[in-house]
Amino acid sequence: MRIERRLRQPRWLLFAVPAGSLVFAFFASGLVLLATGHDAVSSYRQIVDAAFLNSGAVGQTLTQATPLAFTGLAAAAAFRMRLFNIGAEGQLFMGAIAADAAGLYLGGAGWPTPLVIFAMIVAGCAGGAAWALIPGALRAFFKTNEIITSLMLNYVAAYILTYLVFNTESYWRQTTGFNASVFPTAKTLPDRALWPGAVIHVRGGVALPLGAGLAVLVAILLWFLYTRTRFGFEAQVLGDSPRAARYAGMRTRRKILAVMGISGAVAGLGGASQVGDFSHMLDADPNGLQRQYYGYTGIVVAALARYNPLAVVPVAVLIGALQNAGNTLQGADFPSGLVGVMQGIILFSALGGELLVRYRVRVGRALPAVEAA
Amino acid sequence: MRGIVKRFPGVLANDQVDFAAAAGEVHSLLGENGAGKSTLSNILTGLYRPDAGEILLDGRPMQFHSPRDALDARIFMVHQHFRLVETFTVAENVVLGDHRGEGRTFRLRHSAIERRVAELSKRYGLAVDPRAPVWQLSLGEQQRVEILKALYREARILILDEPTAVLTPQEADALFATLREMAAEGRTVVFISHKLHEVKAVADRVTVLRGGRSIATVQAADATPRSLASLMVGRELEGPVVARARAPGDPVLELADVWADGDRGGPALRGASLVVRAGEIVAVAGVAGNGQRELAETVAGMRPATGGTIRIAGRAIRGGDPRAAIAAGVAYVPEDRLGTGVAPSLSIASNLALKGYRDPQASRGPLLRLGRIRERAAELIQRYRIAAPGPSAPARLLSGGNLQKVVLAREFSGKPRLLIAASPTRGLDVGSIETVHAYLRDAAADGVGVLLISEDLDEILTLADRVAVMYEGAIAGETARAEADVEEIGLLMAGGRASHAD
Repeated sequence: MRIERRLRQPRWLLFAVPAGSLVFAFFASGLVLLATGHDAVSSYRQIVDAAFLNSGAVGQTLTQATPLAFTGLAAAAAFRMRLFNIGAEGQLFMGAIAADAAGLYLGGAGWPTPLVIFAMIVAGCAGGAAWALIPGALRAFFKTNEIITSLMLNYVAAYILTYLVFNTESYWRQTTGFNASVFPTAKTLPDRALWPGAVIHVRGGVALPLGAGLAVLVAILLWFLYTRTRFGFEAQVLGDSPRAARYAGMRTRRKILAVMGISGAVAGLGGASQVGDFSHMLDADPNGLQRQYYGYTGIVVAALARYNPLAVVPVAVLIGALQNAGNTLQGADFPSGLVGVMQGIILFSALGGELLVRYRVRVGRALPAVEAA
Repeated sequence: MRGIVKRFPGVLANDQVDFAAAAGEVHSLLGENGAGKSTLSNILTGLYRPDAGEILLDGRPMQFHSPRDALDARIFMVHQHFRLVETFTVAENVVLGDHRGEGRTFRLRHSAIERRVAELSKRYGLAVDPRAPVWQLSLGEQQRVEILKALYREARILILDEPTAVLTPQEADALFATLREMAAEGRTVVFISHKLHEVKAVADRVTVLRGGRSIATVQAADATPRSLASLMVGRELEGPVVARARAPGDPVLELADVWADGDRGGPALRGASLVVRAGEIVAVAGVAGNGQRELAETVAGMRPATGGTIRIAGRAIRGGDPRAAIAAGVAYVPEDRLGTGVAPSLSIASNLALKGYRDPQASRGPLLRLGRIRERAAELIQRYRIAAPGPSAPARLLSGGNLQKVVLAREFSGKPRLLIAASPTRGLDVGSIETVHAYLRDAAADGVGVLLISEDLDEILTLADRVAVMYEGAIAGETARAEADVEEIGLLMAGGRASHAD
């Protein structure tokens, strides 16, 4: 058996290999289940039921998938230019803080709902972008490693989030009422600031959150930006060879700032959706939003999607479905570690599958020597 | 080596190649690019395993499973692209990967290693500071480090892949002396080249490869450059075309007392002044590391000038801004094709549009016109006869010659006023070199001012209307080609004074 480099990569492989990796991952996880004495088929049926088929399951899957789509898109946008922004976590928190403030203030001031929502979107993007521009500017002007700086800022953002509700009487904190005096809690958004969802009437009604629609829109916009515009072309060149980009007269610093800004804005929009679509208040509990690790899982989502924005959305749904199933199925008859094992195996086989896109495995002996001329 | 066969997908790189070198000889492996020289040497050094055939060392068959096995047999190779760790010092690079003696100890004893390296470099005339970090060294110096590595490990067989590509004639002569001395000590030197006169100058015997086969092994003394060339190419070559004298036009490039810093921090350009007129080819000769690269980069805007003025077509341009230089009509063929000249993972079409994507032909507002870009790429691929699977294939798949054609096609098609070509034929085969030379001549005939930076004196003498010699960051002298004298130029390159330079 020999492994050779492919001279040409057929297009169908780009779809067949991820699909094959997924099938392989389910098969391998099945072996793990069997080895630990579980019935693989029934476990999978439970997962599918919990993720999609039970009443309300799709809604819960989307609740998980929507933030993952945003953080996945944020990572894909930056990683495509080899800017390793792993600060989507913190940028999402800052987006949530900013959007919550906009919703509380403008909703309270009686603005019409569409305007409030629009302002929340803008604020969320601005909050995330501003937070991402800190490592962006450090990278552009001082050549600091953005991996370290963006990662460290995640902790800062998490502490700010907690501080705003737990340690100070800030604008975000509920200060009146009985509950508020017992335990620190955040203000709930006024009704005008709640994001509407489209309801599809299948299986007793599935609520499609506004954020999910926005994520699809952002995915399409990012795909267009990176494949069809001068901006995307420059980002590609810069990602592949910074020297070649400079040689071609591209403005490197501006591009770094712009891409970090876009990446942060997308993550921040995820934070806005978190507040507007789902929690309706700032979830500052260290065991709440901060325990979901959307920012980090988003990197996995982006990697599985090969940094292609269009692929991020379905991958986010898949990972979201698994997480949802893992959350709901935790119990005596379901192995609690299974979902984690499966995620690991999926990631592992998807990355291994990459090898098959670039190389070809030939079974058999070497070709006989060409007849001598 | 007997009956060596190596195939890659779609290519038969070595087809029943026989090659035998004796102890104490300099044996040259001659052939065009793609003739299979590199594959053969990679097999000999254990990097590839042959699909068929055997390797005999002192009559005993050897099985090399990895480069380490070849190293243990004391077979060492100096690659065309050096295998050095840039952030390490010379001495650290020399012991790197050595698993006997000093390299094996847990704690590196720097002073002992440095002493040994200094000793070797003195004995073989390979001047280099053992403590200097490698990134600070010129290519010629880096090559010496590679040879020192081999000597440090007491190589029995040393293979050098086109070692003179980065050297001046004097440096090459010094290298030849080193190689002859190594052969005299009983080592075997395999010298890979496609430069005929070098092969004549240094080798005892020559094996010619063509199309993956060994064509002939001849005594170097009996061969003429012409006979070797016809063996190598398989047909008779035309003699060098002598450049016609042209009436030069207005100055397109005026450098007045230009200073710029090098990568090491100190000034690398120290008051360089030079004029290039429309329609002429001005060559800059010099020993590697005397500021030629910095000169090219400064004019192209890649490196900020710290003093002096640069005028393009009479207008001063802002230094350190590649876009301003491009807008002023400066085309630049960089020495480092793969690292600077192209974005290797992007498609050929993208690379051809690397500079022109801002033009209305390639984009409308912020949007790219992908159809146009692809059409244009297909057109350029055809016009410049770039051997490529298609416009969407990634540039890194191209061979050196075709990669250079991509860069040239892009730079010429931008309708430049000034074309800077830095070592444009380095590492190319005879056929591609002729093509590149023809392009440069055509450009000059079209009224483009060409600044050719080259370390190959033959190339300079065939192409240039004027020759300027750089030494320590300034122009040491200038002569017209008609009265150019190799000795004189060589003297200027070495820092001597010209008798009739102004």
